[in-house]
Amino acid sequence: MMRLSRSALIGLAVLIALPFLIRFFFAGSERYYLHLLIQIFIWAFIYTGWSIMGRFGLTSLGHGAFTGIGAYGCVLLWNYVGLTPWFGIPIAIVAAVLVALLVGYPCFHLRITGHYFALLTLALTEFVRLCIVGLRDYTGGSLGTQPKRYGDGFSLYALQFETDRVISFYIALALWLAGLVVWMWVDRSMDRYALEAASQDEEAAASVGIDVTREKLKVTAISAAMCALGGAVYGQYQMYIGPDTIAGLGVSLNIVFAVIAGGLWVMLGPTVGAVFTQVLSEVLRVTIQSTAGLQSAFGSSVLALDTLIYGLLLVLFIIYMPKGILGTILERREKKSASARAAPANAV
Amino acid sequence: MQCELDIFFLEAVLNGLLLAGLLALLALGLNLVFGVIDVVWICYAELVMVGMYGINYAYKTGAPFVVAALFGILLVAFAGLLLHQLVIRPVLESAPINQLLVTGGVLFVLQAAATLAFGIDFKTLGIRLGSLNIYDMSFAYSRIITFAVASAAMLVLWLFLSRSYIGIAIRAIAQDRQIMPLMGVDHRTIYLVTSAIGGGLAGLAAVLMVLQYDIYPQIGQQFGPLIFMICVLGGLGSMIGGFIAAFLISEFIAIGGSCFATEWGYAIAFLFFMIVIFIRPQGLFGGKA
Amino acid sequence: MLELANVDAGYGGFQALFGISMSVKPGEAVAVIGANGAGKTTLLRIISGLLPMSSGAMTMNGVPLREIPPHKVIATGIAHVPEGRRLFPRLSVENNLKIGAYIPSARAKFSERLAFIYELFPRLKERRSQLAGTLSGGEQQMCAIGRALMSGPKLLLFDEPSMGLAPVIVAQVFELVRRIRSEGYTVLIVEQNVRQVLKFADRGYLLEAGRIKTSGTAAEMLASDDIREAYMGL
Repeated sequence: MMRLSRSALIGLAVLIALPFLIRFFFAGSERYYLHLLIQIFIWAFIYTGWSIMGRFGLTSLGHGAFTGIGAYGCVLLWNYVGLTPWFGIPIAIVAAVLVALLVGYPCFHLRITGHYFALLTLALTEFVRLCIVGLRDYTGGSLGTQPKRYGDGFSLYALQFETDRVISFYIALALWLAGLVVWMWVDRSMDRYALEAASQDEEAAASVGIDVTREKLKVTAISAAMCALGGAVYGQYQMYIGPDTIAGLGVSLNIVFAVIAGGLWVMLGPTVGAVFTQVLSEVLRVTIQSTAGLQSAFGSSVLALDTLIYGLLLVLFIIYMPKGILGTILERREKKSASARAAPANAV
Repeated sequence: MQCELDIFFLEAVLNGLLLAGLLALLALGLNLVFGVIDVVWICYAELVMVGMYGINYAYKTGAPFVVAALFGILLVAFAGLLLHQLVIRPVLESAPINQLLVTGGVLFVLQAAATLAFGIDFKTLGIRLGSLNIYDMSFAYSRIITFAVASAAMLVLWLFLSRSYIGIAIRAIAQDRQIMPLMGVDHRTIYLVTSAIGGGLAGLAAVLMVLQYDIYPQIGQQFGPLIFMICVLGGLGSMIGGFIAAFLISEFIAIGGSCFATEWGYAIAFLFFMIVIFIRPQGLFGGKA
Repeated sequence: MLELANVDAGYGGFQALFGISMSVKPGEAVAVIGANGAGKTTLLRIISGLLPMSSGAMTMNGVPLREIPPHKVIATGIAHVPEGRRLFPRLSVENNLKIGAYIPSARAKFSERLAFIYELFPRLKERRSQLAGTLSGGEQQMCAIGRALMSGPKLLLFDEPSMGLAPVIVAQVFELVRRIRSEGYTVLIVEQNVRQVLKFADRGYLLEAGRIKTSGTAAEMLASDDIREAYMGL
């Protein structure tokens, strides 16, 4: 078993106590802050899922397809077949994994990487989005759809929990923690060494007997499964799914950006990315909506202003901080402690 | 369903061919840039969108269409230059993922900027060219013009790439980057010229598209993924591959669209793409994967 | 013509050349010999600007090469026929030659020089519209030399022109280099094929582990027991 450090245990305790702290300090707007936290945890889980694959050089723009398959699979099975999400989600996950393997196998087998792989997976995202729009009789097309309410809105059977924000919080928290456990498991297992060897030099890795294709398929399956699960839970929590919010290129790009912004190479990087992007878009939204001058200058299109700033930050981040927030901080700290260690040695 | 081998089917096939001209032009610019600089402009379709707004703006302020069109082409060519100089150049040595994302960021910026500047409502130039009717078939003149101009532009580009010094250098740099200094070629100049041409092609596509489509900030999302798919299907960087892929994809869209609904035409095209990629992931004409 | 004084160079943290001083005079053919990894290719890459030097000085006809960007070196009259020929495989023979005349001063004389090269290598004229990647090894070497000549150089750098070619072709390639020489070009050639290269060079430098071990006239070097033992297997 993993041994948790003291700071990790304290952090965990704080997180578990968080709903009560919020109730105490922000009594009036408790639901709002919980909502923000739930969103952060669900997306952090999805981002972590992406990074499991992304950190080995598999830069997929196809994960918007997996979140979409997860969300829509679960909701459609519930709405039209009456199948409880307890079965619907696993079925959706299996579907997403199958799609991932189907696309991944030829790519890995023929060593498709880099830009090419990204565009290929982008096409997958678009295909799934088009199918969702095309099946508008069932999916509601580009307007999206909702899972049918069961009873008074809170149901274990229908996995509908959105009415109780505290329970939703713990579900999201558990999901996120599970994501970190998977990340650590992948990180510690042999797969990582095999894959790192492979992403440096595939020929060499293959020549020492590493089945590169199989290793890549493994992380791809795990990653797709996590994103599908994340998408499904997101749909159940929001009680609404739309092609633009949970499927499609925009979602794929957001996933990748958040991970890069947070830091691709460290475990909590995607989480930091989720905190950063969610808080940023929330702050921008609130500021813009409460600034009358902007409203009168741009009218209803003022909502695009946060996307503009978001995009600009994205560009600046990649140019000036390609290791992400957490990656850069950790690097600085390491340098500092290295020089601190070197200094006394010089003094002697 | 009206999927019989009748006159409507022929009409769909011919309309597909006309669409292929436009898509081939769009794919050409992206392929050119990728072949030379090794970077994919994820925001390519948004550059087209910028051009469309530019043309609309110039036309509505009273400029004749030809002038507005020239303005649009130059505007996007300049945008391509800026994109390279400000955004691509700093990340040329970075990992591919960063290069992709940085242009993805530009995609958000351009879309949002267009929304702020022009609003979310659809705009149209209001030029109606009518259509050509043969037997029971009908072809919009705007589509015919698009096909003709796109074909002519591709021919001119081909002549440029095979005859001029800079054109040959552009093709050479795509084949062997490292030894270019030995030829006295400064790759930075070639990158800039290529970016401007890539932008110019997007601008030309914008000119042709304003004749056929309404302008709105999200129009790039309609065409962007399609262009990427065509480039990958043809083999990224292969201009001839892009040409053939554009033809195949537009036929799927046109025939599928006339048999079912428009978006099913697209979905069928994407499905075809996935199947081909399953068999040949490097694309039909892809050498460098 | 070409002067190097105390040139150091390397890749990243690895130093490949140490204090190289050498010169090439107009009309000479100078050979640089040495084992694999002695730094021969690095030396040529430094001279043609593909690799920056870390310290030292280098001039071509009085022009300090360290101060000009890599793509301007060719304008000083240095043309480099790189290791492995490095033609553009998907360009035609004629376009390969044309890109050799990319610099402004060469463009004006394009047709004149093209005619000269076709006269020198009639085979290239026959295959002018063929893709360079489909040429035989010897023809590729002709095309690579032709491409270098198109810029109107005074000094030609050859990097292992015989490498990867069949023995019959190797003799042909040395014949080509000899002809270039007789056209009045100055030649600096790097070779592992020591006996062949010293037969037509005027002077030679022996490079060992990034340093110049000995230098002298070709005849002296051919006679040296050390060189005969170490590099010609006698």
